[in-house]
Amino acid sequence: MTETPAPSVTYGPPEGYAAGATRDLVVDLHRRMVRIRMFEESAGKLVESGDMPGFLHLYVGQEAVAAGVMSVLDDVDQITSTHRGHGHAIAKGAEFRPMFAELYGKTTGYCKGRGGSMHIVDMSRGMLGANAIVGGGIPIAIGAAFAAQYRGDGSVAASFFGDGATNIGAFHESVNMAAVWDLPVLFVCENNGYAEFTAQGNHMRLDDIAERANSYGIPGVVVDGMDALAVRAVAKIAVDRAKRGEGPTLIEAKTYRYFDHQGIKGMRIPYRDPAEVEAWKARDAIRLLEVIGVERGLATPEDFAATWAQTEAEIADAIEFARSSPDPDPADILDDVYTV
Amino acid sequence: MNTRELTYVKAFNEGMHQIMAEDPDVFLIGEDVAGYGGVFHMFDGLLTAYGDKRVKDTPIAEQAIIGLGVGAAARGLRPVCDLMFMDFIGVAMDQIFNQAAKMKYMFGGAVSVPLTITTAGGAGMSAAAQHSQSLEAWLAHIPGLKVAMPASPYDAKGLIVGAIRDDNPVIVVLNKKMLGVKGPVPEELYAIPLGVANVVREGDDVTIVAIGRMVIEATKAAASLGELGISAEVIDPRTVQPLDIGTIVTSAKKTNRVLIVHEAVEFGGIGAEISSQVQESAFDYLDAPVTRLAAPFAPVPYAPILESAYVPDAARITAAARKLVERS
Repeated sequence: MTETPAPSVTYGPPEGYAAGATRDLVVDLHRRMVRIRMFEESAGKLVESGDMPGFLHLYVGQEAVAAGVMSVLDDVDQITSTHRGHGHAIAKGAEFRPMFAELYGKTTGYCKGRGGSMHIVDMSRGMLGANAIVGGGIPIAIGAAFAAQYRGDGSVAASFFGDGATNIGAFHESVNMAAVWDLPVLFVCENNGYAEFTAQGNHMRLDDIAERANSYGIPGVVVDGMDALAVRAVAKIAVDRAKRGEGPTLIEAKTYRYFDHQGIKGMRIPYRDPAEVEAWKARDAIRLLEVIGVERGLATPEDFAATWAQTEAEIADAIEFARSSPDPDPADILDDVYTV
Repeated sequence: MNTRELTYVKAFNEGMHQIMAEDPDVFLIGEDVAGYGGVFHMFDGLLTAYGDKRVKDTPIAEQAIIGLGVGAAARGLRPVCDLMFMDFIGVAMDQIFNQAAKMKYMFGGAVSVPLTITTAGGAGMSAAAQHSQSLEAWLAHIPGLKVAMPASPYDAKGLIVGAIRDDNPVIVVLNKKMLGVKGPVPEELYAIPLGVANVVREGDDVTIVAIGRMVIEATKAAASLGELGISAEVIDPRTVQPLDIGTIVTSAKKTNRVLIVHEAVEFGGIGAEISSQVQESAFDYLDAPVTRLAAPFAPVPYAPILESAYVPDAARITAAARKLVERS
């Protein structure tokens, strides 16, 4: 009897994972992250000032995860996201104008003003929607993966979710079913250490969520979620595995959100140690990539500065576009409840 | 069309076979739907006919079953996801009412979800509180969902085909006590559009609106009422969402009396909605208050004597209709 070794958790990408990085790759990853950061900081200020409605769950701090994973996906590959979904949308290629317009509740928004921050969607980019129910997008992602497998079109799906979502039944049901059917899907857990305001140590016994992969007979991998090149490397391995028909992978990216669960005003209650916040900021993903890029001679400070400047201009343009866009007409309130 | 007598479950099964033959985007997943053909034999023969890529047994994981259907439907396939007993819908409810129902609207129309959920509801088999419920009002309350409740073999086939061809999430609720009921069914593939009521029997003195299996009891009651000289019209809405209120109101204006019958509990049931809409649209025509006959506000009990007391039947429908007619 031959014994098949049980899949187990691996830690980090293989050594030398960044060796093949090119200027184009570094600039691309950097650009995705800067776009997220600047969008989020601008949006947060607009809500805080009362100019924009709603409330926001900001992705700042976690940019390397979205950028790294999305850099190995194409438009045909589908993702599902979370209440903290702006970063996934932007990294997947969503545009600022319809994003800001959606946040402003305008007809030119991605959802025509019907969805807002927590329901950004861009079907043309394979962004199957942010989702305001924790864990709600995970079963939908296995459906997208099923459709890919059913059609044999070679695409994959990826579902993003937080540490808190891995305590929800939908996570376990979905990972198990995807494993049983070898569905081409990446389960990407962005472990930022907190389920809203509850620290990981108070909501599970595990240190490494990737160990949950062992329960379902699939590979689990822990990766530094502040290192976009490392995230990209493990995501590439998982995508290749999915495309070979070998099934899903659970990726746990250790990361951190700089702002509160919601909004930008900072800590209203001292549920995080300020030293902890500063320690994570010292390993900021964007700065880390800028340092690596320059040290290795792959990109120059001018390259990075150009991205920051160009993004700032695009943000200003998109905010103006959103503000000047028409409001929805209450007479149309019943449109799109059903497909007719 | 060539028509034969088929049982309710066989008619449903034929509809599944024919729609799967017609449309390669239709697939079926659920607990024991493939190898076993479904616990009610709704899906017999589908695995053999269409293979294990399109007919799949799942783990017992209702959230993942429905969620997979939502994602696959959003990607353009036409999933049929079976939930076996309607009572199990609670386990999957987030995917049904927060995801499937709302995606179209909250995404500004960017996506359609042509998902069909099949399940079996209804009491009368001593299956007790967690295997007997009629939860259609709960689903009909959610914008974005459609709910079909076939009450004959003809409708069991036509409504499953209509549901699968519909571009919205539809829950098709078979009645498990009707599985062996026989009736005429055309051989060809046909669809019943969702939202069109069936006037099962025409009459002049009282309108009986009946849901699901209560259509059979109401039809029996109408025969008894006929012997008493009372002419009853029986209407089966077929779908409670969308609700063909126009057909009901037209009938109410003719008969001036309306009785609504369902297996679900009376409080907050679909009868309350129908009653409210009838009085809003036909108040001046009514000779008596719109009346409901439904289950008491309790879980479905187990003992046969209790369950018989719980579910309306032809005798009680007859008595309630008589009371309405004799009132005025």
